[in-house]
Amino acid sequence: MYTLSSKLKLTAIIFIVVGAIGMIYGFLAAPSSIEEVEKIIAEQEAHHGGDHGETAQIQDHANEGHHEVQAEHAEGHGGHEAAEGEHESSHAEHLLHQLQNKPWAATYVAAFFFFMIALGALAFYAIQYAAQAGWSPVLYRVIEAITAYLLPGSLIVLLLLVLSGFHFNHLFVWMDPEVVKHDELIQGKSSYLNVPFFLIRAVIYIAGWNIFRFLLVRNSRRHDEADHNRWFKQSFKLSAGFLVFFIVTESMMSWDWIMSVDPHWYSTLFGWYVFASLFVSAITTIALITIFLKSRGYLEYVNNSHIHDLAKFMFGISIFWTYLWFSQFMLIWYSNIPEEVTYFITRIEDYNLPFFGMLVLNFIFPLLVLMNSDYKRVNWFVVMAGIVILVGHYIDIYNMIMPATVGESWFIGIPEISAVLFFGGLFIFVVFSALTKAPLLAKRNPYIEESKHYHY
Amino acid sequence: MSSKVLHAIYTDDDLLMQAVKQTREARYHIEEVYTPFPVHGLDKAMGLAPTRLAITSFLYGLVGLTVAATMMNFIMIEDWPQNIGGKPSFSFIENLPAFVPIMFELTVFFAAHLMVITFYMRSKLWPFKEAENPDVRTTDDHFLMEVDVANHDVETMSKFLGDTGAIEIKLIHK
Repeated sequence: MYTLSSKLKLTAIIFIVVGAIGMIYGFLAAPSSIEEVEKIIAEQEAHHGGDHGETAQIQDHANEGHHEVQAEHAEGHGGHEAAEGEHESSHAEHLLHQLQNKPWAATYVAAFFFFMIALGALAFYAIQYAAQAGWSPVLYRVIEAITAYLLPGSLIVLLLLVLSGFHFNHLFVWMDPEVVKHDELIQGKSSYLNVPFFLIRAVIYIAGWNIFRFLLVRNSRRHDEADHNRWFKQSFKLSAGFLVFFIVTESMMSWDWIMSVDPHWYSTLFGWYVFASLFVSAITTIALITIFLKSRGYLEYVNNSHIHDLAKFMFGISIFWTYLWFSQFMLIWYSNIPEEVTYFITRIEDYNLPFFGMLVLNFIFPLLVLMNSDYKRVNWFVVMAGIVILVGHYIDIYNMIMPATVGESWFIGIPEISAVLFFGGLFIFVVFSALTKAPLLAKRNPYIEESKHYHY
Repeated sequence: MSSKVLHAIYTDDDLLMQAVKQTREARYHIEEVYTPFPVHGLDKAMGLAPTRLAITSFLYGLVGLTVAATMMNFIMIEDWPQNIGGKPSFSFIENLPAFVPIMFELTVFFAAHLMVITFYMRSKLWPFKEAENPDVRTTDDHFLMEVDVANHDVETMSKFLGDTGAIEIKLIHK
């Protein structure tokens, strides 16, 4: 049995408290009126007078299509730009919405990031069951503990979606009736993108995932005490069923919760892309927690071949993520259709460093570090690569949400870091508390002997 | 001047593995082992050095990547930068996404083919190469261990090999 050390518990609680304080600060620091924003603009102009002229020049160089795009973009977000003559006041209003969205978006990105790790871990768990993997059963209890965050994590995401639905924030522009009134594109999508249906779908996904998670973990515990394999066989069928349910709901979830922040834009492989991101983050987290527990002497039967396998998955799925990222980017870049390419133009112009930086973190770094077979057995190499991958995929989610919600007003400051700390602390607390609930080795799993002696 | 070797033939791969370990412990020198299929762990038991084929493959991949990048940069950017369907041909980086499929494929192509050719050369395999198989049965269901006699006594050595489970022991003058 694992016992939660008081040090770890204290660390998690400090993370939660510090994160909560920072998040509250973020909400309080957001401007609440146009006057405040106008003051900010005035201050910025006073400070960066020279910079402003330079930006204007760069803007002139941008192609005509881009100007159209920006106008459309601004309209989509503010929805209040009646005429171009009122540029000054509408600019302030636009900025006000962005700055008000900032703490919300920071919270949403961090909440989604940790939730998706738990969901990805559940998908990995189900795949191991359905594939009857012989190497991984010694890791099942670690994975089960990570999926314990699914319930709180998904409920927090649901809460944020409900708050958006009741207009506490402007994360989803299509939820604003004022915007929809002037936007025929969103009107055309309103049979899918409307708040009641959106929330019903969210409840269905979350309920489905949590029920599957509950049943799978219950079967795993029951199987320990049983003298027959009925629970194990049921888990096999449940896993297969979950994977079917998961791939449909995951895809729709990615349209609902992420793609719909840009309601004018669509991409067909988006669901897969989000899946790759959540899957690789989950596998990395499994590897990190396994290495941590092993270093504390809790996982007797985990050897470096298990770590090697996890690192191979991290390596392979990182490349799979890159493949999907590039497929999406290159197809849109190549055809350069205005209504699709705005998505990448805003990201390349306003988010240049995070947008291309995450490629280095998520692809080049794992590619070079984890290619060597020997390195994949060295714990600190895997930990280092794992931390870089997790940071990279946080930035990936950041790049999906932020450009549509805060636009060029992005910054990784107190609200963003505090939200990561808060949800990171909560994640650690929930996962390591769940680890204490069951023995760390599944007792009678039919593949457990093979897994104990697994050697690659 | 002729060297002498003993050919010990086994019919079971587990027995062979054990025999290899015992022979090495007894400080006899194993020249070669012939098996009809890969025996898992045999290289470790024989104490063979790990292969460096993967490293060569990585380097060949880098060569392929360089070839592709140099080629596309020269053809599309430097030599004749045409406007083809509005694709930016002012610099390599601007048109990079269009080159990535070629760069990827050539990396894989070089890594795979040059590694295979390296493998053939290092293991001396080519068409019309004369087979070096000492006993035809080793391609079917027999395992053969070739042990160097050197200065050892042939009698004690054959007895030792017989004890390891060899069904047939032959003295060969090379």
